[in-house]
Amino acid sequence: METLLLSRIQFAANISFHILFPTITIALGWLLFYFRIRYNRSGEARWMEAYQFWVKIFALSFAMGVVSGITMSFQFGTNWPGFMETVGNIAGPLLAYEIMTAFFLEAVFLGIMLFGFSKVPRWLHTGATFLVAFGTLMSTFWIIVLNSWMHTPQGFEMIDGVAYATNWSEIIFNPSMPYRFGHMVLASFLTCSFLIAGVSAFRWLIGGRTEGVRVALRTGVFAAALLIPVQIFVGDMHGLNTKEYQPAKVAAMEGHWETSGNVPLILFAIPDDEARENRYEIGIPNLGSYILTHTWDGEIKGLDAFVAEDGTVMHPRVAPVFWSFRVMVGTGMAMLLLSWTASWMLLRRNKETGERRGVEGLPKVMLFALVGMSFSGWLATLAGWYTTEIGRQPWLVQGVMTTKQAVADVPAPMVLSTLIAYLVVYAILLGAYVGCIFYLARRAAHGKKIEQRVPGSGAAEARAIPAE
Amino acid sequence: MDTFGDPAVWLPFVFASLMGLSILIYVVLDGFDLGVGVLFPFANEDEKDRMIASIGPFWDANETWLVLAIGLLLVAFPTAHGEILTSLYLPVALMLIGLILRGVAFEFRVKAPAAYKTLWNNAFFVGSLITSLCQGFMLGMYVMGLDYTLGHVLFAIVTAVFLTVGYSFIGATWIIHKTDEHLQRKAVAWAKGGIWGLVLGIAAISLATPFVSARIFDKWFTFPDALYLAPFPIASGMLVVSLWVMLRRMPFVDDRKSWLPFAAATGLWVTAFSGMAYSFYPYVVPEKITIYEAASAPESLFIILIGTCIVLPTIIGYTVLAYYIFRGKATELTYD
Ligand code: HDD
Ligand code: HEM
Ligand code: HEM
Repeated sequence: METLLLSRIQFAANISFHILFPTITIALGWLLFYFRIRYNRSGEARWMEAYQFWVKIFALSFAMGVVSGITMSFQFGTNWPGFMETVGNIAGPLLAYEIMTAFFLEAVFLGIMLFGFSKVPRWLHTGATFLVAFGTLMSTFWIIVLNSWMHTPQGFEMIDGVAYATNWSEIIFNPSMPYRFGHMVLASFLTCSFLIAGVSAFRWLIGGRTEGVRVALRTGVFAAALLIPVQIFVGDMHGLNTKEYQPAKVAAMEGHWETSGNVPLILFAIPDDEARENRYEIGIPNLGSYILTHTWDGEIKGLDAFVAEDGTVMHPRVAPVFWSFRVMVGTGMAMLLLSWTASWMLLRRNKETGERRGVEGLPKVMLFALVGMSFSGWLATLAGWYTTEIGRQPWLVQGVMTTKQAVADVPAPMVLSTLIAYLVVYAILLGAYVGCIFYLARRAAHGKKIEQRVPGSGAAEARAIPAE
Repeated sequence: MDTFGDPAVWLPFVFASLMGLSILIYVVLDGFDLGVGVLFPFANEDEKDRMIASIGPFWDANETWLVLAIGLLLVAFPTAHGEILTSLYLPVALMLIGLILRGVAFEFRVKAPAAYKTLWNNAFFVGSLITSLCQGFMLGMYVMGLDYTLGHVLFAIVTAVFLTVGYSFIGATWIIHKTDEHLQRKAVAWAKGGIWGLVLGIAAISLATPFVSARIFDKWFTFPDALYLAPFPIASGMLVVSLWVMLRRMPFVDDRKSWLPFAAATGLWVTAFSGMAYSFYPYVVPEKITIYEAASAPESLFIILIGTCIVLPTIIGYTVLAYYIFRGKATELTYD
């Protein structure tokens, strides 16, 4: 295989591994802050119990996020030097702001958040928790600005093949940024909600029926039920925005080969990139036109519009985009179904006492289903990113530079060797990570109950509190 | 923007200095926690927990200085960034794997089932070792101008070993400061064992650099420049001697001033690093690309500079706060 393909696979592997952990930490930071505030307000042990269990998973995910992120920052130089040489004047400041405003904030206050509970006053610990959560949101903002700019670039001019910034507010508030940022943050909250609900259901099933598990499970299910419709709405808006700026991507997502009106919504098909047509197509007539143009017969540009006169194809390979889009939307629908059913079961009233049935009201099947969906957020997020990123090909920065122009001329065997090394390490770590979460859940369920602790400050309390 | 003269001249200089500063902070801060990892096999189980506790709240922020350094190289000198990193492709990748291993081992060693603890302890050691060796190797290759010849690679292997010993030395001085009793005495012995590596390493690089490049040779050995530079070797010599004297007397009565060896080691790092920076200026890729040739557009650098002026003092402020909160002897790490 040649260097370009290997470098692409390596980049995709690294970023896919990295994104898994921010997806968890972005929202988990805020959920921990929420648990912390509820505890500060009410003094109820169950909030602290939830906090103390999930802070461990946060620490673990954060470490995974940091180390895989460091790998990312070297990737540009080792594999894609052309990227910074061409658009460095724009990408550079955005990355610099991410490091300065976000990474240090998170990294420094993380230490205080994790280990400072009994060393610092309560307000400072709560504040540190807030700043860590805020920092993850800032990271997301800056990196999404950069990524969105690569999809919908504006506010720059090209001089001798190098991009120079002309208008920073146009660069930052580029057309796809608000949608992508919103969609990503919501994705993170959904991923976390399902993880919390799933792991809590697991603890419940194996007998760890504490108040802390109860509040965590309820928080997870209700958050998911509230957010999923918003996510579907934002996703739809995002798609309309993409249709305007990257029509080739939307055509690939829809598997729509020829420009025409009365376009069906294709539910299933096997797109064939060689024959340039769909096989085994099943669709709903005219619904495609309606979703994208809001008229039943609206004309939609097909993939044929992105083939140059000389036959050069300027649109992505259709099958991966088409399929990953369906995986994302399918997962989203499953999330809707599950979280609404679970919420309804939690809110049902007992006929005799008139009280809400709560977690006891969840049948075993539902608990198992929640466990099964623990990592559904990861699936949808990865599928979404694959749609977005593969859909942009052959461009690296839409209309400005192609992926081919950016790649380093490192010998292919060298890239292959590092690719294999990364894949091995990632496979082991992913196994260890998922295993560790369920191990912690088992230990929490069987281990001794966490006693009510008096929140305090200063070294005296630190000594009085038994170590973990 | 032109009030301070031509921005195409002073901006690259400012950014080169900022990058130098963050590399320096990185090698001191992550230097000590990588060093602690390299010393792991010499400690018993309880001591290992204590050693981890002494770096637990800091390591993440320490590593962020590497991200900042590489980020500044990336944003301020994009062409040099590509040139340096593609020619160091393999050691960089290996270092990243080392960093991954040790970073996650911190968490897994206390969270995974107890049976795996030894495994993760080993991962922590191996990760720290690989990282230190790779950084030393890259330093050596960089000094030699990034050309792969047999001689250069051998030299880089030597610097890899020395840097690793140097890291474990500064790691040992950190443990001296953060612990007491038995472990502290052990750390004093480690530091005594490591000091030679530091001296030889600094000497090797100082001697090699001028002979690789006639330009650097002239800088160091022609009058009157040599006179201005005399303080560097003299200061290093004095620091080494005082370190040696201190270590022989440690632990001090009542453990007063246990931070002195760490401070002296940091001083040594600073002088060695400044000497190197002076030698290489104005080149960012030795003898090939100067900082002025490699710099990004002044407008973009200016945008970053504004942010830096506000944010960097804040970062330093809250870093100091964190070190203040976790001052004193390391106690067991708990989340509550
Ligand atoms: C929990 C995660 C999750 C869920 C349930 C959904 N998405 Fe999504 N989607 C993402 C997570 C995500 C993402 C990973 O965050 C992406 C990748 C890039 C981005 O901005 O968001 C994305 C991208 C993405 C794109 C591509 C935008 C582009 O061109 O760059 C579209 C059109 C949608 N989504 C639409 C939807 C619709 C209609 C959904 C309805 C069910 C949906 N998403 C559910
Ligand atoms: C916001 C930060 C991101 C930036 C700056 C970025 C940048 C890039 C770059 C430089 C490439 C070119 C290399 C290539 O074509 O393979 C690429 C491709 C790719 N990226 Fe992203 N990316 C980002 C986020 C993501 C995320 C979060 C994912 C998925 C989890 C992702 C998945 C991919 C995939 C799968 C490709 C390969 C596309 C292909 O080769 O067909 N990206 N991206
Ligand atoms: C090519 C692109 C990317 C690069 C170079 C990159 C780089 C990094 C680095 C170096 C870190 C560690 C920071 C530290 O030391 O604390 C990090 C963490 C983080 N990244 Fe990325 N990243 C990329 C893509 C993304 C994407 C696509 C997202 C989300 C949408 C993201 C969100 C985060 C967040 C929230 C953190 C902090 C929390 C955590 O570590 O879990 N990054 N990233």
